[in-house]
This record gives sequence, structure tokens and C-alpha cells, in this order.
Amino acid sequence: MIAILASVLDGVLVGAVYGLAAMGLTLIWGVMNVINLAHGALTVFGMFALYFLASVLGLPPYSAVPIAIVAGFVCGVVLYWIAVHRIIGRPELMSLLATFAVNMVLIGVGTALWTTSPFNVPVTLPGFTWQGYTFTGTHIMAAVLAGVLAGLLYLFLHHTRVGKAIRAVAQNREAAELSGIPTKQILSMAFGLGVALAAVSGTLIATMFPFTMLSGEAYQLKSFVVTVLGGLGNPAGALLGGIALGLVEGLSTPFMPVSWIPILEFGLFVFCLMAFPRGIFALSKG
Amino acid sequence: MKSTTPFWAFSGIAVAAMLAGATPTLAEDTITIGFTASQTGKLNNDSTAQLRGFELWRDEVNAAGGIKAGGKQYKINFVTYDDESQNTRVQQLYTRIIVQDKAQFLFSPYSSGLVATAAIVSEQYGRVMLTTGGAEEKPHRLGNKNLFQMYSPASQYLAGALLALKEKNPQPKIAFVYEDDPFSKAVAQAVRDLAKKDGLTLSLEESYSGSTTDFGPIINKVRGANADALLGGGHYADGATMARQLHDQNAGLKWVTLLVAPDSPNFATLGDAAVGISVPSQWEPQVSFKPDFGPTAAEFTKRFSDKYKIEPGYHAAGGYAAGMILQHAIEQAGSIDQAKVADALNKIDVTTMFGRTKFSTDPKEHGLQIGHEMVLAQWQKKDGKLVKEVIWPKAAKTADILY
Repeated sequence: MIAILASVLDGVLVGAVYGLAAMGLTLIWGVMNVINLAHGALTVFGMFALYFLASVLGLPPYSAVPIAIVAGFVCGVVLYWIAVHRIIGRPELMSLLATFAVNMVLIGVGTALWTTSPFNVPVTLPGFTWQGYTFTGTHIMAAVLAGVLAGLLYLFLHHTRVGKAIRAVAQNREAAELSGIPTKQILSMAFGLGVALAAVSGTLIATMFPFTMLSGEAYQLKSFVVTVLGGLGNPAGALLGGIALGLVEGLSTPFMPVSWIPILEFGLFVFCLMAFPRGIFALSKG
Repeated sequence: MKSTTPFWAFSGIAVAAMLAGATPTLAEDTITIGFTASQTGKLNNDSTAQLRGFELWRDEVNAAGGIKAGGKQYKINFVTYDDESQNTRVQQLYTRIIVQDKAQFLFSPYSSGLVATAAIVSEQYGRVMLTTGGAEEKPHRLGNKNLFQMYSPASQYLAGALLALKEKNPQPKIAFVYEDDPFSKAVAQAVRDLAKKDGLTLSLEESYSGSTTDFGPIINKVRGANADALLGGGHYADGATMARQLHDQNAGLKWVTLLVAPDSPNFATLGDAAVGISVPSQWEPQVSFKPDFGPTAAEFTKRFSDKYKIEPGYHAAGGYAAGMILQHAIEQAGSIDQAKVADALNKIDVTTMFGRTKFSTDPKEHGLQIGHEMVLAQWQKKDGKLVKEVIWPKAAKTADILY
């Protein structure tokens, strides 16, 4: 019983970070109907931000969090104007191809610079031990920061002019434009915000686990599952979806071989698409 | 009438250039060796080390004038491509290396999975291939005649670890957690057999996908099984992540042996998480074999470190040794004829800085490595610095077991 509870708690902590990683993906989809296939690669750039700031420059590890957000935002806005702007409103296949191309370029550049060797950033934070099961400080901190960032995103989207403009563009781009909202700039900001979320989730993941240039793929796949659980285009649902995925992992681990868990996850993914196409947590869009 | 001479002249030059590009003309005194390396993809770390081993050997041989055989002196030429750590690329590229690039001899790619794919192609075209970076035994049980394995086979990987563990704790509770790839599965089968033979029980057995990024759930299971020893792992990325999480989550283990990952010098970046982790190793820089030819382990280590600014692990040493063994076979054969070189390889029983090398000539397991012995190395802290020490077998140990 204790083993199950420990596994569930562990699952929830990691799930919150899965949720944060998926939030960027779902925000971009919700606002501009673009499935960002470069999401995983951008998550990895957040991991490398931690490595260079903490291991190379010697800064405190969590100082990388605000830097990753700002750098991710700027990078996202630039990427939007280079690769995404032209395909807004075009068939979805075009956005898939464009972002996949960006993904390949980013992975290629990253591999050339840093190879695919693993990097490790040792971050020590006191955790707690319960009945012999240790919950590390980095896991707890990552889950808390994921919750805080999700809360800040909610406040930003619902209580600031720019946030409201992003939601307006998501709901009806033409109507928003007729109301005087500069939709091109808003779209680029939304893309920047999505990339910032990907980058910061990467930073938090790198405080917990070693990573390679190719680590993004696994998190991108999880983000798709989380996005479907939480409802496409619903950032609040993404956090809940992430926690739900973590719970599923935590609850199932004690009862089945670990190698079966991806099958369970993707089975759930297909089931959700069929039974709840708007997501289990589809409370509201935007 | 306009002269057409310039057009024909340019066309002629262009065609000549294209032909020259399509079929590179090599001097007679050159041996072309073909192989793929994982310059990108998940096997990049270990494959790069192996590639450096090949390259160091080639550069040294060429600097010394080449390989002498049958009154000729052959310079070494490499044809190599990036296989992206993928089987499909290996299949395409080994065909290209043989058919288009006309490689006379082959080295294998890195990892058992890719070796198995390359072996199908090399055997199809009857090319001699030295496999390094592949310990799985299966390709040698399929009737291949031109495949020669440098590494000790997978069945021997954890044999030393089980013996060393048993000496410290006669009845350990072992959790066995391994990657679900061909190499680790081959090791797993051998561990089950060895444990049964030695009267040891596995209190937990779990396999995981190579793309696993969070070992928390598995570590909770290890805890739940009250295990005091963990054996397993797979390749670099997963092994490093598991080692870090075992340390962070204080899994309560007294003994951890992981495959492959801890052998890399990069493993030291894990800091305290690396301490006490042991790894079955095909070779360590401290080994003191008396070579019949070629450098000693210490000389090789120095040359490699001078060139690449990093200490060699067994992947690098395996690459270098594969080159030396092929060179020796060609010299013994006095020819670069495939059948004669294969025959010389069948007869080889030599000791190099990599240890003893002898290939099985039993048709049921032709080319399987039967001469080489593995050691067990462990990361220990000495004067505040992380160092890898040989702890098993006792005859080769450089430090006591940390348990």
C-alpha cells in the first residue's frame, strides 16, 4: 500500500512538469491551429540553458528559470516570423511540415554543437523520506514551479490586455482584427509564449534528470497525450492532463511491467480521442 | 559557322569529373575498410569512442608506412558514413560501402542491434567483418563464415559481477532492471541462467524502453522488493539517468552494476551519483597484458589521450584492437584476398593490449570470441577525485570492492 502511495505521489510530481511542457503545445494549437513539432527540440534548448548557466557559468540553478522564459519567448517570436507566419490559416499539413523542418534544423544544429552525449547538471535540494521512499527536492520544486507558472499563465491570459487579446484571437481571428487587435503581433507573442513554456519545462526537467539533444522526443510524445487528455487548446486542462498522466503512470507501475506503460498511455490517448475528443478536462477554451 | 570546340571540351571535362567522382580511383597499394558510425542519434557517445579507436589505428599504421603483405605495403583508406543509430541506414550504407565504394574489409557499426543488421549484408557479399561494439551471440549462431567478434559475448557480461557480489553477500536480493534491446536481453538471459546455477534469486525483474527518461517508478519497485543489489542497464543515456536517480532517491542499495554507461569517462559528470557503481568492462586502461605486438595498454592510453584529450574507455580500445587484429591477419595471410585473410583470422590466438583474442571455429558459433576475458570496474573516490578501479577478477584488481 505504501509503495502504491509513494508511486502515486511521485507520479503527480513528475506529472505537473509534463503538464507544463504540454501547456506550450496546447496554447499554440489553441491560438493559431498550429501543431508545433519543434516543441520537443525547444524543450531541450531549455535544458541546455540550465547546463550553461549553472554548470558552465556557475549561476544558481533556478536562476535559469526566468532566463529560459525570456530567451524562449524571444526565440519563439523570431521562429514565428521565420517559419510559422506564412502558414497561418493554411492547411494543417503545411504547419506540420514547417515545424517539423524547424525541429530537424534545431536538432541538427544542437547535435553539431553538443553531440548527442548526455549532460548532467547536479542540483541538490533537500527532499523528504517517508517509509523508506525518498522524494527529492528537485521533483518537489519542479512541481511547485510548474503550478506557479500555470497560475501566472492563467492570470496573464484572463487579466491582462495582451492575454485577453490572445484569447480573442484564439476565439475568432477576424472579429479580433475588426476590433482593432493587431493579430499578427498577438500571434507572434502567443507563439513566443508557447516556446517560453517549452523552454522552462525543459529547464525544470534538467534539474531532475540527465538529458541529451534527443531527449525532447520523449517529452513531446507525452505532451501530445497530455494535450489530448486536457483538451486541445486548453492550457489549464494541460496541467490537469499532465497530473492525470503522472497518476496513471504512478498507479499502474506497481501492478504491471514498466515496459507496458507506454502502451497503456497511448491506449489512453486513442481512447480519449474517440470518447472525449475535446479532452477530459475541456472546461473552457483559451 | 560557329566552332563547337569549347562546348565539347567542357562536356568532356564535366563527364571526366563525374566519372572520377563516381568511382574514386585508388592506388594499388591501398586497402579500403568500410564501416558506419553513429555520428548522430542515441548511440553517438559510445560509437564516437569506437570511431576514434579506428582512426587512431589507421593514422598510426599509415604514418608507419602501411600494412606489409606479400611484398607490398598497403596504406589504409576508410570509407565511413553516419548511420544515425538506425538499422535501416546500416542496411543501406553497408550495401553502398561494398557495392559502390568497393571496400575490401569491413568494421562493424556500434551496438549489437546494428551489428546484427550489418552482418546480414557483409555475409551476403562474403566480406570479412570484424565486429566491435557488439556482444550479442546470435549473429554467430546463424552460420556466418566471415564475421569475427572482438568483444567477449553478452553471456559473460555480468558473470564477474555476480561472483563479486556473491563474495560480499552470499544471499543477495537482486533487482534486475534492463533495457529491452537485443544486447541487454541477451545479457538478461545469461543472468537468469547464471543466477539459477549459483542458487541466487532475482527478487525483481523489469525491462524498460531505451527512451525511458524517468526511472522513479522503477526505483519505487526496487524499494518495494527490498532489494540490496541492482544489476542491469542498457546503454549510455538510460544508464546515466538510472544511476543519478538511484542516488537522488536513495534507493538503499549496497551494490549496483550497470551495463555500458559507467564505462564512459563522461559518467564522472554524475559526481557522487557515480560512486560505487560498477560496470563490466571489455578493457580498462590499467590492464597489464603483455602484448605479442602493438602498444601496451599504457602506451595506447597515452597516445589516445594526447590526440583526443580524453581517456579511452573499452569502446575506443575495442576499435583500435579490431584494426590491429585485421592488420595482423593480413600480414599473416601475406595477401588481401578475403578467403586467405578469413583463414588467418580463424587461426589467430594472440594477446594485444586489449587482451587475448581467439575466434571460435566451431561451425555452430563461428567467429564468436572465445579468448577475451572481461573485468569488472567500479567508480570510487580517491583524494576527492572520481576514479575507475578494476575490482574483479582478483588477479587483475587495482582496488578493493566498495560494498
